[in-house]
Amino acid sequence: MGMEKHSIEKLKEIARDIRVSCIKMIAAAGSGHPGGSLSLAEIVTAFYFRLLRHDPKNPNWKDRDRFVLSKGHGVPALYAAMAYSGYFPVEQLMTLRQLGSPLQGHPDRARLPGIEASTGSLGQGLSIAQGIALATRIDGSDAMVYCVMGDGEIQEGQVWEAAMSVPMHKLDHVCAIIDWNKGQIDGQVKDVMNIEPIADKWKSFGWNVLEVDGHDLSEIIAAVESAKDNAKQKSGKPTLIVADTLKGKGVKFMEDGKNAWHGSAPNQEQTEAAINELLKGKV
Amino acid sequence: MSTKPVATRQIFGETLARIGEKYPEIVVLDADLSKSTKSELFAKKYPNRFFEMGISEANMIGVGAGLALSGKVPFICSFGAFVTGRFDQIRMSVSYAKARVRIVGTHAGVGIGEDGHSQMALEDLACMRTLPEMAVLQPGDDLETAAMVEELVHYPHPAYLRLTRQNVPRLHKEGTTFKIGKFQKISDGSDGVVFATGGVLSTAYEAIQALKQGGLSLELVNASSIKPLDETYLSQAIQKHKEIITIEDHYVIGGLGGAVAEYMAEHPGSRLHRIGVYDTFGQSGTPEDLYEHYGLSATKLKEQIQKIFR
Repeated sequence: MGMEKHSIEKLKEIARDIRVSCIKMIAAAGSGHPGGSLSLAEIVTAFYFRLLRHDPKNPNWKDRDRFVLSKGHGVPALYAAMAYSGYFPVEQLMTLRQLGSPLQGHPDRARLPGIEASTGSLGQGLSIAQGIALATRIDGSDAMVYCVMGDGEIQEGQVWEAAMSVPMHKLDHVCAIIDWNKGQIDGQVKDVMNIEPIADKWKSFGWNVLEVDGHDLSEIIAAVESAKDNAKQKSGKPTLIVADTLKGKGVKFMEDGKNAWHGSAPNQEQTEAAINELLKGKV
Repeated sequence: MSTKPVATRQIFGETLARIGEKYPEIVVLDADLSKSTKSELFAKKYPNRFFEMGISEANMIGVGAGLALSGKVPFICSFGAFVTGRFDQIRMSVSYAKARVRIVGTHAGVGIGEDGHSQMALEDLACMRTLPEMAVLQPGDDLETAAMVEELVHYPHPAYLRLTRQNVPRLHKEGTTFKIGKFQKISDGSDGVVFATGGVLSTAYEAIQALKQGGLSLELVNASSIKPLDETYLSQAIQKHKEIITIEDHYVIGGLGGAVAEYMAEHPGSRLHRIGVYDTFGQSGTPEDLYEHYGLSATKLKEQIQKIFR
């Protein structure tokens, strides 16, 4: 089941609407992670509106591509992409973090159909993606398995266990994406625990590595299409895409480079300013 | 099946190899210990459904979760100490995700012997018991191990299966029906009841036989289902007996003794005596010497039980 093919211009509008939703949801909840949600807007847009083979009305469809959000704190962007693509009503977005809501502060697959993995304790998603990829291979499915990690997240040792294991098992239908937004709670990633050179590390672990501007929809789409080709050709190598992004992207005062907006909600005034800025130029 | 004493890990491997054809959804993962956990018996027969994960237990747990979420029935195997030591991976990727992973931890307790404390799972039951919906199981002999492994294929929740390195004798009768959540009575007694689990079931049996000759009559129960706990059996036992004894090759904190203590604190009526490893570390030695040292041999159990009834 393919999605209707939106133009890049239309996709840009969707990414903008996802950003607006992230701000509104986090403001309404009074807590959440705006910085690392905003950096994901183009990535989730590209997947949910162009790249994924999925059926929002049949989230457990056997041959669907899988999308694992390992950096669970970025989930507002994912919820918005899921709502806009038809998994659940858009109004439900505003229940984020409320008692009884399927929209938990971090993704919970048991509560929300369409969420593939329960994440939020960092470093675990790529291993889960590997398990899914082994299962789809046993079942003879040609589904792709995607996993989006944070850049700070790859400080977790388990990520490197999976980084070794996925190529060892020749799972070329795994495509991991790193949201390289350069910030984490205690500061800039390079100051807290340097992870660079990212591309060289993954290359040396046996991955096919691509680097893109993570806010350029055409570049993201081209890179993931190339990962799909790589899987079709049975190269034996998984793909890793380093998506160069900006934490807080789209809202100037959140693009502070100081991570003040990693995990805090905007107040009413800030919320209005953020939304006005995002909608500026909207016709 | 042999009636000679046999390690429950051996029966685990044999059972998986036997039922692998009947259940194509079974997949098995190991973290470089397949010769010790006996998962190699499955690996040899079904190489396409066995995944070597290397010395990477955290990744193995996540991969197991991914397989379970995609409809497979994964048995992920290592020493109990190593696999349950990756607690957060089990907490998040397995338990919270409701992934029906079967976590198999062999080499339980001081009964492993010479390798010493680093390889001895002594806190695994306590850790696993805290996780919602997680079954925590420790079969008592070969018959029960085989039955439990097959029942686990169908069990609707994640589970932790704790197995012995050392050989244990058969204590159940052929044809016994086992069920997760049910204790099994091994022998009757009127002076008190002993709930024993895993490797010490046989030393408890010996101790009780010896005590019988001295005129003390104790009921022996195989408490293999530590979670879900057989509360029906416990409730009846509390009504029937004044003295309740638990015996395990695990810390008395949080294991079978802990589970029974929690139940009895809310359902008082009898006295509880927990026998197991107290708040200390294991060490190297022969399994027999270690059971003697930590009070888990038949002789030491007999002494401790005698004190209770003196």
